[in-house]
Parts: sequence; C-alpha cells; structure tokens
Amino acid sequence: MNKPEPITPSAEAPVSLYAKHEPVFNRRIDGKFRRIKWAIMAACLAIYWVTPWLRWDRGPYAPDQAVLIDLEHRRFYMFGIEIWPQEFYFVAGLLIMAGIGLFLVTSAVGRAWCGYACPQTVWTDLFQHVDRLIDGDRNARFRLYKAPWGPAKIARRVFKWAIYLAISFATGGAWIFYFADAPTLHQEFWSGTAAPVAYGTVLVLTLTTFALGGFMREQVCIYMCPWPRIQTAMLDEKSLIVTYKEWRGEKRGSLKKAQKNPGEYGDCIDCNQCVAVCPTGIDIREGPQIGCITCALCIDACDRVMAETGRPRGLIDYATLEDAENEKKGHPPTRHAKLIWRPRTLVYFAVWAGIGLGLLFMLGTRVHTDVSVAKDRNPPYILMSDGSVRNGYTLRLHNMQNRPRDMVLGIEGLPGAVMWTEDMAREAASRTLTRTVAPDATQVVRVYVVAPEDTRDQDFAFTLEAQGEERESDTAKAQFDAPGDE
Amino acid sequence: MADKRFDEATQTETVGHEWDGIEELNTPLPRWWLWTFYACIVFAIGYTVAYPAWPGISSATQGVLGWTSRGQLAKEMDEAAAARARTVASLADMPIEELPQHPELMRAAVAGGSAAFKVNCVQCHGAGAAGSKGYPNLNDDDWLWGGDLQTIETTLIYGIRQPGEEMTRQSMMPNFGSDGLLDAGQIRDVAGYVLSLSGKEKTSAATQRGAQVFADNCAVCHGENAKGNRDLGAPNLSDAIWLDGGSKAEVEAQIHHPHHGVMPAWGERLDPVTIKMLAAYVHSLGGGEEFAAPVADAAPEGEDIAEEAAETRE
Ligand code: SF4
Ligand code: SF4
Repeated sequence: MNKPEPITPSAEAPVSLYAKHEPVFNRRIDGKFRRIKWAIMAACLAIYWVTPWLRWDRGPYAPDQAVLIDLEHRRFYMFGIEIWPQEFYFVAGLLIMAGIGLFLVTSAVGRAWCGYACPQTVWTDLFQHVDRLIDGDRNARFRLYKAPWGPAKIARRVFKWAIYLAISFATGGAWIFYFADAPTLHQEFWSGTAAPVAYGTVLVLTLTTFALGGFMREQVCIYMCPWPRIQTAMLDEKSLIVTYKEWRGEKRGSLKKAQKNPGEYGDCIDCNQCVAVCPTGIDIREGPQIGCITCALCIDACDRVMAETGRPRGLIDYATLEDAENEKKGHPPTRHAKLIWRPRTLVYFAVWAGIGLGLLFMLGTRVHTDVSVAKDRNPPYILMSDGSVRNGYTLRLHNMQNRPRDMVLGIEGLPGAVMWTEDMAREAASRTLTRTVAPDATQVVRVYVVAPEDTRDQDFAFTLEAQGEERESDTAKAQFDAPGDE
Repeated sequence: MADKRFDEATQTETVGHEWDGIEELNTPLPRWWLWTFYACIVFAIGYTVAYPAWPGISSATQGVLGWTSRGQLAKEMDEAAAARARTVASLADMPIEELPQHPELMRAAVAGGSAAFKVNCVQCHGAGAAGSKGYPNLNDDDWLWGGDLQTIETTLIYGIRQPGEEMTRQSMMPNFGSDGLLDAGQIRDVAGYVLSLSGKEKTSAATQRGAQVFADNCAVCHGENAKGNRDLGAPNLSDAIWLDGGSKAEVEAQIHHPHHGVMPAWGERLDPVTIKMLAAYVHSLGGGEEFAAPVADAAPEGEDIAEEAAETRE
C-alpha cells in the first residue's frame, strides 16, 4: 500500500475545522409573527408564574395548591387529579403524548415548537430584547462589541448582566414554587428560613438560565439540543416551513441594478434584512438548515421590504418545499390548512389523541382503594398447637383519597380460615377486619391467617372494600402454604 | 524525528500513525482542558497531604486533617444512637407489660427487636424464628414457660438451664430409660399414650397401659391430662407441637434419655432495652399471649389522623 506523500508545512494559513462562534446582533423587527411571538411569550410566562399560586380546596388532609409536585410524599397534584407513585404511567403517558405531539407539530409546521414555545427561545428572545434596550439596536451593539474594554463598556456590561441575573432569578428561580406551598415558601424564602435545597435549586436554575439564555443562546439550539436532530429527520417536502422562494428572488440585485437592467433580476434586493433579524444569525436564502428555528422573523423583515419596493409579499414565507416548486411552475399557492392535513399528520394525530383518550378513560375509572400483599416466606407456614396451619402476610392498604376512610379487609376463598393482626388478640380473629386508613396514606398491616388442620396449599385472595357511598374495592391474590403429604 | 509530517488541509502535524490511509492529527489539547488537568494534579497532591494516603512500611501517612475511617464510623454510630436516644429512653423507663398501650413505641420496639434477633438469635431459632428440632419455633402459640411479654422477657434475661445463673429457668426430666426407672415396654406404652392424646395413635390396650404409666410417673410434671406445666417448663403433650420430634421413635428416645435445650442468659450480654425489644419482637410473631386490647379505639381527632397520615404516607 502506498503511504501518503510526506508533506511539509506551507506558508498558507492553516485551515481550521473549528469555526469560532460569531455573536448574533439581530435587528429589531415588528410584524405579524413578531407580535405572535410576543403574545406567546407573555402567555407562557404568565402561566408559568401564576400556576403555583392557584389554590384548590382538597379538604383538611391534603395541600390546597392546585398544581403541586410533592416529592417528599411522592404525590403529584393537578387540580382535581392526584397521582400516586404507582400511577406514574399517567406521567409516562403524558410524556409519550408530548413526544408524539412534537412529531405531529413538526411534520405539519416544522420547528414551530422551537420558534415559539421552547423555553430556550423564550429566554433568548427576552435577553436579546434586553440587549436592544440597554445597548441599542444591531449596529450600536456591534460597535460596542468591537470597542476596547474601558470603564464605560465595563459599566454597561455589568449593568446588563445584572439585569440578566434578575430576570434569570425571577424566571428560573420561580420553578421552586411548583414543589412546595407557594405562599409559605415565598415567605420562608425571603426570611431565610426555607430549606437549603430551595436556595440551592434557585441558585442552580438562576445560573443555568443566566448562562444558557444570556450567553449560549442559539448555540444551545444548534449544538446542544437533541430535538433539532430528531425534528430535522421528521421534516419532509410536505412540511410547512419558513422557505425562501428562490425561483422568485434570484438572481439577487440591488434596487438600482434592477432598475438599470429590467427583467434580469429577481425580487430579492439583497438588502440582508432577513439575516439581520434572524435570532440564530443564519441566512435563510441558503435553503432549509438546522440553524433555522422557524421563528418567521425573517418573513416579517422581508415582507416589509417587499411592501416598500412595491412587490408582492411572501418572498420568504411559510411554504412547503413541494408547494414552492408548484408555485414556480405557476400554480397558485395551496391553502395552508390543506397542506397540514395529510395522511402523515392525521396518523400522528390519531395516535396522539388515542393515547390522550386512553389516559382520560383510566383517569375516570381508576379506583382510590388498593391492597397489595407480600407473603412471609420464612417460614412459609406455622403449625399451631391445635394442629391448624398459620401463614403470615404483610398487607398494604392504600387509601388514595384525601379523607380518612374505613376499609373492610376480607378473605375470599380458603374455607374455614380466619385472620387476626399482630396488635389484636387471637381470640378476636374473624374473616373480616375493619381498619381506618388515614387520608392519602398507606397502612401496613401484618396479618396472620389460620386455616383448619387438613388445609392444603391453595390460592385465595384478600379483598379490601372502602366503606362509604362509592364502596370501591380491590382484590389481591395470595398463596396459602401448608405442610404437604410427606 | 527527521521527517515531521503535516496534514495538507489543516497544516497540523500528524502523530505519524497511518491506518488504511487515515492519519491521526497531533492536535494540541485545548487550553481549558490542560488547566483542568493541572488543577486536578494540584488537588490530588493537596488531597494526599490532607488525608491518609502514602503507604509506609508499617503504616501510612496520617494526613494533616486527622481523619480516619474508624473515626467517621464512630461519629456516624454516635449520631445514629443520638437519633434513637428518645425511643431508647422511653423504652428503658417503661415496664414491658405497658408497651401495648403505646403503639408507636411498640412498633419501634418490634423493629429494633427484629434487628437484634438477626444478630443474636438466628443461630438457634433460625432467620424466620421457626426453630428446628430441639430449638423452639417462636412463631407458634405453644410456650414452654409462657408467652406473654413479661414471661418472654424473663426467659430472655435469665436464659434456660444457664449454668451458674441463679434465676435461670430450670427443669430436668428424669432419664426414665437409661436410669432404669421404666422398662422398654413401659416406655413404648406411655409414648403411645401421649401420641394418642393428639390423635396421632389409636387408643388400644397398649395406650391404656401407658395411661397408667403416665399417671404414676409423668403426671407430676406434665399434669393429669398432659397439658403441661409452665411453672416447670413441662411441655403440653396433648397438642400438635413436638419440640423434639413427634414420631413414636422420637418420643420414646426423649423418655429414655431426654434432651434438654440450653438458652443463654442474655441479661449478661445485652442491655435491658435490647432485651425488651427482643421480647416485643418475639411476642409479635403471632403467638404472643395476653395481648392488651389496643387503646387506639378512643375516637381519633382530626388532627391526630392528619399526623398519622403524615407518618404513614409513602
Ligand atoms: S429581506 Fe428579502 S429582499 Fe432583503 S435580502 Fe432578505 S430575502 Fe432579499
Ligand atoms: S431563518 Fe428566519 S425563521 Fe429561521 S431562525 Fe432565522 S429568522 Fe427565524
């Protein structure tokens, strides 16, 4: 095999495979999509901030915060719904729905999640707005960036970063209110008596928000986040994405050039406004690319330019690649609703809705009474002095409602057997026992079941019936061991 | 190295290896990586100075902080003991028969007893307390000396037939066979008789003869109707439980030359609280006697229930 020819360093500057990060100074823009973005940002932040403060009366035995993730007691409260750890499939189901929902949205309208609703986008947008308020618009910010460090620049920067920090604290830090009673925690937090973990969480979330939203911005979207890799794989030529209509724009030329040579140039006047407003700093005219989060700000920018130059809007627009091709051939653009509803999106929607209906069904039919059994294995059975056989069990009675309930434990099958527990006399043994189980609690009961002398190994069941209007019940299978024929 | 090789595209030196035309570039490590690496080295040196590290001939360096794993263990043990101190103190003050009126303490005692049992008692009574031949099963309801909390505690403290312990439980069944008190035929008859009491043998002329032998020799300790005598630790012979085996041969062997189990006097080795916990645990295994009715029946106030809820939530 031939070895590659030895080569020596040349005088040319070496080509680096690593592109240094270029900061993005995006220009302020106003327009339809910008306003939609503002509205969504406001709505998201409002929901995020207000939710933990909503109250929901659950009676005296449960917290009255409408949405609460109670890690300590392993409960999740959401308005009238209360999830126990063993019901975690609800959360799993919601996560699967979120995943399929992302597929659905992506195959229909591209990275709309990224462009409008993703927290990273919301924060980047917010911080870029702070940049514009403090340092001025694109050119001013660029000048400041290039300027040497001096007292004025340092003061400006420190001031701006302080604002970043304040916003990070108010947004990222607020997350803790989802994990404890918000009014109490709020008071404790400011009086210095909250749990150390609360301060730690606020610190970590403030700093991550500060770093990710204040400094890393679009790099998170392009390099760190796994979603875009999945999403770009989900896109096809029928997905509605932000598209530059090349057939109409090319060949680019300034207004002057276009006026001099009518007919030679396309609609794009090469004003670079679309690049200037882009929060990730890309040029959409190079075609669909991973850096585009489909925020549509470039549409706003270009539509303005088109209006000023007296050309029809939509040189950059939401369009499917297929439709852009069709338009090129002279067909009128297809209505968006028609583009969105196609077999692929309908299948996603069906699966998504199916899981949702399934979860709703389970939510409606689940019981709040549950019994589980663990049998003593060592020893498997005990011979009593009167010849009868005893087995021991550890039962867990779950009362998944937020009021105390009387529950009747019973034996199903196992003829002649009676039971008693470790805290009652054997003489009181019977086939049913009544226990009061505290609200939202599990009661552990050691139960001894004794069966007559000649009982053989067999299966039976414990039943648990909650007293009260709904009479919910649950059954748990168990095994009874007895000495075999030796 | 005479011929340094450089990659054409990047002008980076290569390390000189080549696999199927693929060459490795000798790209320097990023500076932040190097600094992290140096910082780790500095940290590691500091660490070995602060903590025991360098092995010597007979021992290792002690470290300037004076930390030892034994010291840390001792500290953790002290902390654990401190955390339990309140429960232990209440248990120490409380006579054992009052325990059932304090369900919380009772639960703590049973849990503690379960742990102590695994250290001290499983060697003879087995991990599940089911015993074996000659070693009583503590789960059942047959008690040689009594099965209420106090009696169990006494048995634990003084042991059974513990040599040199004045208060120990003592009883001796005579060696009826080996000392020639009964002949082989009488032993066979009386064994048949006691087995017939629990239905393991049919009544016959032999068992009737055995009944007479029993009345003359055994009833003194085991009682007229063979129900045993707890004051003497004499087993109940009419029930279904046989400590030393319930076959005819085993019963005959026991009459001929009885086997006598010995249990240590744990009062000499364990502290009173541990013994109390052990007694509570053994009592809780399902055969405990004279269980005071639980007092929790006093209608619980709403607050108590909420408190209880907080405790049992999981
Ligand atoms: S904003 Fe429109 S006209 Fe201006 S460069 Fe971009 S595509 Fe061309
Ligand atoms: S190219 Fe347009 S849609 Fe894509 S990120 Fe930039 S401004 Fe947003």
